[in-house]
Amino acid sequence: MTGRNFLLNLEHISLSFKGVKAVTDISFGVRESEICALIGPNGAGKSSLLNIINGVYQPDKGSITFDGKTRQAMKPHHAAEQGIARTFQNIALFKGMSVLDNVLTGRNLKVKSNWIEQLFNLGRAPGDAVFQRKKAEEIIEFLSIQAWRNSIVGNLPYGLQKRVELARALAAEPTLLLLDEPMAGMNNDEKYEMSRFILDTQREFGTTIVLIEHDISVVMSLAQHVVVLDYGKKNRRRHTR
Amino acid sequence: MNFFFEVLLGGLLAGLMYSLVAIGFVLIYKASGVFNFAQGSMVLFSALTFVSLLERGIAFWFAFGITLLIMLLLAWVIERFVLRKLVNRPPITLFMATLGLSYIIEGLAQLFWGAQVHGLELGINDEPFEFLGILLSQFDLFAAAVAGTLVLLLSLLFDKTRTGIALRAVADDQLAALAVGIKLQKLWFIVWAVAGFVGLVAGLLWGARLGVQFSLSLIVLKALPVLIIGGFTSVGGAIAGGLIIGASEKLAEVFIGPYIGGGIENWFPYALAMLFLLVRPAGIFGERAIERV
Amino acid sequence: MFYRESGQFSTSYRSDYRIFRLYQERWMFLLGLMFAFLVVPFIGNDYWFSAILIPYLVLSLAGLGLNLLTGYAGQLSLGSAAFMAIGAFATYNFHLRIEGLPFLFCFLLGGFTAALVGVFFGLPSLRIKGFYLLVSTLAAQFFVQWVLTNFSWFSNNNSSGVISAPPLLVFGYDFSSPAGRYLLTLTTVVVFAYLSKCVVRSELGRNWMAVRDMDTAAAVIGIPIAKTKLLAFACSSFILGIAGSLWAFTYLGTVEPHGFDLTRSFQILFIIIIGGMGSILGNFLGAAFIVLLPALLSNISASLLAGSIDTGQLENVQKIIFGSLIIFFLIKEPDGLAKIWQTFKQRARVWPLRF
Repeated sequence: MTGRNFLLNLEHISLSFKGVKAVTDISFGVRESEICALIGPNGAGKSSLLNIINGVYQPDKGSITFDGKTRQAMKPHHAAEQGIARTFQNIALFKGMSVLDNVLTGRNLKVKSNWIEQLFNLGRAPGDAVFQRKKAEEIIEFLSIQAWRNSIVGNLPYGLQKRVELARALAAEPTLLLLDEPMAGMNNDEKYEMSRFILDTQREFGTTIVLIEHDISVVMSLAQHVVVLDYGKKNRRRHTR
Repeated sequence: MNFFFEVLLGGLLAGLMYSLVAIGFVLIYKASGVFNFAQGSMVLFSALTFVSLLERGIAFWFAFGITLLIMLLLAWVIERFVLRKLVNRPPITLFMATLGLSYIIEGLAQLFWGAQVHGLELGINDEPFEFLGILLSQFDLFAAAVAGTLVLLLSLLFDKTRTGIALRAVADDQLAALAVGIKLQKLWFIVWAVAGFVGLVAGLLWGARLGVQFSLSLIVLKALPVLIIGGFTSVGGAIAGGLIIGASEKLAEVFIGPYIGGGIENWFPYALAMLFLLVRPAGIFGERAIERV
Repeated sequence: MFYRESGQFSTSYRSDYRIFRLYQERWMFLLGLMFAFLVVPFIGNDYWFSAILIPYLVLSLAGLGLNLLTGYAGQLSLGSAAFMAIGAFATYNFHLRIEGLPFLFCFLLGGFTAALVGVFFGLPSLRIKGFYLLVSTLAAQFFVQWVLTNFSWFSNNNSSGVISAPPLLVFGYDFSSPAGRYLLTLTTVVVFAYLSKCVVRSELGRNWMAVRDMDTAAAVIGIPIAKTKLLAFACSSFILGIAGSLWAFTYLGTVEPHGFDLTRSFQILFIIIIGGMGSILGNFLGAAFIVLLPALLSNISASLLAGSIDTGQLENVQKIIFGSLIIFFLIKEPDGLAKIWQTFKQRARVWPLRF
C-alpha cells in the first residue's frame, strides 16, 4: 500500500531556541501513503519537528525535500499551498464558527471564485459555493459529524472538536497530513474511532500521514514507520510491516 | 538654543504629568491584563469630588481623605459588580466593560457635581524659576517630584511585597493564581484602589494646571501613546514613554506645527506611537507575548 | 407553534443557502420591506423622517460598516467616524469639482475614497494585533479630523467651515423632500445590507472570522492574512464612507467635521456592542436602541417627572444608562440584542414547549 518514493525527506535538521536545542541533526524519510509515527518523551522536539515541516518554524540547519522540491525554509502559507495540512496539540479551531464553516475554511485554497464574484453572487460564485459545500459534506460524512454541522465549534466536547479539526485538515485534500497528538485526552473508545478515521484516510485518499502519539498500542497498530526522538536527537527508527 | 531647551524641558515635565495618568493604567493592566479605559474618568471623578468638597469649606487634607475613601468605595463597587462577573473573559470584553464604566463614572461625576469648570489651588507658587539660564515652572518641578515618589513607592509595592508578587501572578494566569489560593477579588480591589489613588493624585495635579473640567477625562487618550511606547506592564516604561511623548509633542508643536497649520498635538503622539509599534510592538520596556500554537 | 414549519426542508445546497429558510419568514420580511418602501413615505410626517428614521437608518449602516471590521474580522477600531467624514467630504468635493458628475457617482466615489484611506490606516494591522490596533484607528480619527478642519480646501474655503449639501438628484428625480431623503437612505441601506449579508456568508466572510478567532491557525491553513485584513478595512471603510455621505446629505444637510468626532466613533462602537458583534441584524437593533433611548428618556422626563431634570443632566443620566447597558450586555449576553432575538425566535418556534 505504501509507495516506493519518499514524499518527504528531512536531512540534518537542527533548530534551537535561544540556546535550548529543540532538534539536533534529524534525518529521516517518509514514503508516499505511509503512516509515520514520531514518538518520544515530552520535550523531545516532536512538535517542533512538525512545525518545521509545515513552515511555522524555520530550521537553523538542514533541508527538507517535499514532493521533489528541496528547500530550507517555507512560509506556512506555502506549505498549505503545496498540500501539507495539519492538526494541533491544543486544538486550533475557529471557535466562533460552525463546524461546517470550519470545514469550509479548510477548502479556502480550492475556491475558484474571487471575492467580488461572491459579493454579487455572479459568475463562478454560485456554482462554486455549491461545489465547495458538496466537498465539505463529503468530509463531514467521512468523519460522521453530520449531526453537528451547524453547531458552534466552541460549544462542542473535546473529542468532537478534535474530529472537526481533522475534517478541516482533510477538506484541503492534502498529500501530507501532520497530526499532533490526535488522541490526546481521549478514552479507549474514542481512540479506537480516531484510529479508524486515520486508517480510513490513508486507505481512501492515499494521504501520507506523520503523527505524534504517546500511546504505543495506537502507534503499533497504525504506523508503518516509527521514528523515536529523545532530547531532539533521533534515537531509533523502525519499519514495521 | 536656550529656547529649544526651554521647550524641551517644558515638554519633558509635561510628559511626566502624562506618565502619572499612565501609571494608573499600568497598575491595572499589570495585575489583571485589563486596559482600564475608565482611568480617565476616575481622574475626573476624583478631582471633581475633591474640588467640590473644598468648595464646600472642607479642609484640604480632610477632603483628600474623604475623596480617597470614595475612590476605595468605587473600587469595591467595580470589583463586586463588574469584574467578578467577567472573570476569564477575553481582554476585548473587559476593555469594552471599562468603556462602559468610563461613561457611567463620567455621568455620575457630572450629575453630582455639575459640569462647570472649577479652579484648583494646590498652594504651589507657579513663578518661573531660573536654572542655568532656562526658565522652568515650579509647578512642573513639583509634579515631577510627585511622579518620582509615586514610581518609587509603586516599584517597592510590586517587587518587594507579597501583594506585589500575587498581583503579577494574577496578571499572568488568573486560573492558576486562583488554584494556588490567591484571592483574586481582594487583589483586584487593592489594585483598583491604588489606581484610584494614583488617579486622584494625577487629577489634583492636572486639575491645578488646567482647571477641573470634563476634558480631564480625555487625558486617557494621551496616555495610550505613552503606554504604547513605554509598554503596558512597566511603571518605569510609563515614565519613559511620558517623557518621550511630552517632549516630542511640545517640540513638534513649536517647531513643526507652524509649517503645517498648528494644532498637531492631537494626532502627533499617535503617529509617533504607531512608528514605535511597527518597530517594537511590545514597547521599550514591555513584555513580548509568546504565541504557541 | 406560531406557524407550521413541517415539510420545509432544503432539498439542494442551493436552497440551503437562502437567507430565510422558512417561507413564513421570507414573506414577513418581504411585507416589511414593502411597508417600508411603499407605505411609510405616505404616512410618515417630516419629524419622523428627519429626526428618527433617517438617522436610525444611517447609524445602522455605520454600525454595519464597523461590524464587518470589528465584529467579523476582529480588528478593533475607534476610527469609524473619521471614515464617515472622509466619505462625506469626498462626495462633496467630487460633486463640487467635477462638472456634471451624477450624484450617485459622487456618492460611490466618496465610498471608494474612504475605502482607500481605510486600507492605508489598516496597514499597521499586518504587524500589530488586537488591542494595540486601537492606536492606529485612533490616529486615523484624530489625523483625519485635523486635516479636514485645518485645510480649508476640503470645505471649499468656506469661511465658516460648514458647507451646505448639494441637491440630491438621482436619475432625474429630486429626492430632497423628507420622504425623498428617507427613500434614498432606505434604498442605500437595504442594498448594502444585502451585499454585506452576501459577503459574510462567502469565503471572504469565513476568512474574516477565521482571522478573528485564531489568525495563526488561519495562516497555517492557507488563508492570505494580509489580503483578508486589508479587504476588511476596505469594505468597512467603504460602507462607513457611504454612511457618512448619507449622514451629511440626507440627514444634516451640511458637511462639517465636528459631527464626525471621537464621540461618534464611540457611538458606533456601542451600536455594535449592544446590537451584537458579528451580526447583520444586530446593527439595526443596536441603532434603534441608540436612537430611541434618548428620545424615550426625554419623553419620560417631560411627562412623568414634569420636566424637572434639565437637558444637561438628562445627558448625564443617559451616559450612565448607556454605560450600564454596555456592562449589562457584556455580562449577560455578549452577543447582544441579535442573540436575544435569535433565542426568542427559537423559543417561539416550539412554544409552549421548552425545547
